[in-house]
Amino acid sequence: MSKVLVVADNAKVTAELVAAAGSAVVVESKSARAVAEYAKNNSFDAVFVAATMDGKEFAARIAIALDSGIITDAIAVDSNFVTTQSNFGGSYTVKAKVNRGIPVITLRPNSVEPASQIPETIKLEGDDNSLVTIKSVKPKVKGARPELAEAKIVVSGGRGIDGDWSAVEKFADSLGAAIGASRAAVDAGWCSHDLQVGQTGKSVSPDLYVACGISGAIQHKAGMQTSKNIVVINKDPEAPLFEIADFGIVGDLASVLSKASELINARK
Amino acid sequence: MKIAVTVKQVPDSWAEKKLVNGRVDRESVDAVLNDLDEYAIEEALRICEANGGTTDDGGEHTITLISMGPTRAQEAVRKGLSMGATNAIVITDPALAGADAMATSEVLAKAIADGGYDFVISGVESTDARMSIVPAMISARLGHAQLTFANKVSVDVSSKKISINRITDTGEVEMEANFPAVVSVVEKINEPRYPSFKGIMAAKKKEISTISGSATSGTEVLESNARPPKAAGQKIEDDGSAAEKLVNFLVERKLI
Repeated sequence: MSKVLVVADNAKVTAELVAAAGSAVVVESKSARAVAEYAKNNSFDAVFVAATMDGKEFAARIAIALDSGIITDAIAVDSNFVTTQSNFGGSYTVKAKVNRGIPVITLRPNSVEPASQIPETIKLEGDDNSLVTIKSVKPKVKGARPELAEAKIVVSGGRGIDGDWSAVEKFADSLGAAIGASRAAVDAGWCSHDLQVGQTGKSVSPDLYVACGISGAIQHKAGMQTSKNIVVINKDPEAPLFEIADFGIVGDLASVLSKASELINARK
Repeated sequence: MKIAVTVKQVPDSWAEKKLVNGRVDRESVDAVLNDLDEYAIEEALRICEANGGTTDDGGEHTITLISMGPTRAQEAVRKGLSMGATNAIVITDPALAGADAMATSEVLAKAIADGGYDFVISGVESTDARMSIVPAMISARLGHAQLTFANKVSVDVSSKKISINRITDTGEVEMEANFPAVVSVVEKINEPRYPSFKGIMAAKKKEISTISGSATSGTEVLESNARPPKAAGQKIEDDGSAAEKLVNFLVERKLI
């Protein structure tokens, strides 16, 4: 059985990496070089890291230290470390493998069911970033809503919300969902760029994606079309996003969302 | 200052893209300058302008665009020159077709080391591969400070220091380093300028040197399959009952 070195992330994502690994040793470190050395000295067969912004850069530095191939954003990994990725926003499924060195693979959050237990974490000393002086750190304030990239349900608003998030927020909160946005909503200044779903924003693949007032440019589709269930609400019956909707509603989004939120809340 | 900006020619991000034998089909779609690289070029221009300008404006700073890609990459590079970059180096070699991030970073790092730049600015990712790891790899290969995912950059020329505000999913970090450094900038750090007529004319005379290169990828694509188009499900007009039908759909799919 192959031995996989897992680089710890938050508890949920680490549990997912452990599940994907099968037999895992979990390490925590600020030093990619230390992780690489540990992997080499203990003859690990692969290194798994979370495909987050920070995780991917850390994995990249591990790959350089090992002179290994690296695959990012895998959604599945088999026992021979053949990975599956979804490219161009889900229009292609690609299988790939590392053919040099110890494979370094980053796995997208939410791709596998998390393991029920995480083995004890080994701390590795070191810090590669001695050239950089940290002046201040502002951890992200955890909102009441889940993280966009990790959420099981995402409710997004586009041009059709006309700057008013209240119905979208109410509906998202009834479902415990994260909030996303189209580029049009971001460009209009209705929300910050970190909520943008699409080609130049985040790619999400939740169990349910609800697009509210989003027409569905390729730009947006690229970031959400691999979602397992897609609901589209738009007053324009010709909106292209209806073409990939499992359930489409032509109508006024504020009224539909507001009524649906009440019905969902009443079921609790 | 000698600044390098890495740029990439990509298929237009508003067009349907295709994979042929696991590689991006670059022939069938318009090739453009990667959207996100424009922010990097703009930031380099602003840094120069705040310090007396580039050699184009009578200042002493230069911005060199460095790109790896097919001969066609010159078109994308030309746009960057028309925005105001000084010159460009395009690394073109048939052996580099299909290069992965390891190979790309090796080629770019070599060109950067050869040029002896004070710092490098990159866009945060390319809109085709979307890995966002090449800047970190270049910095690791060269042993230069890594200042990536910046939504704010300031440069102090006299003390040769760069400070950035890094913004990721986990929060924000203000960090500082001495030259040389590798910076990557996120979208929305600035509003990239449109090339002016004067800039477009000037770009025609600017130097693009083409060099060859080699590097070995560490990965291979085994297969690539177009995803079958998703069939649309039910679509209803709201007659007052849409909310209820929506909730029923969610229950049916076990989503609530």
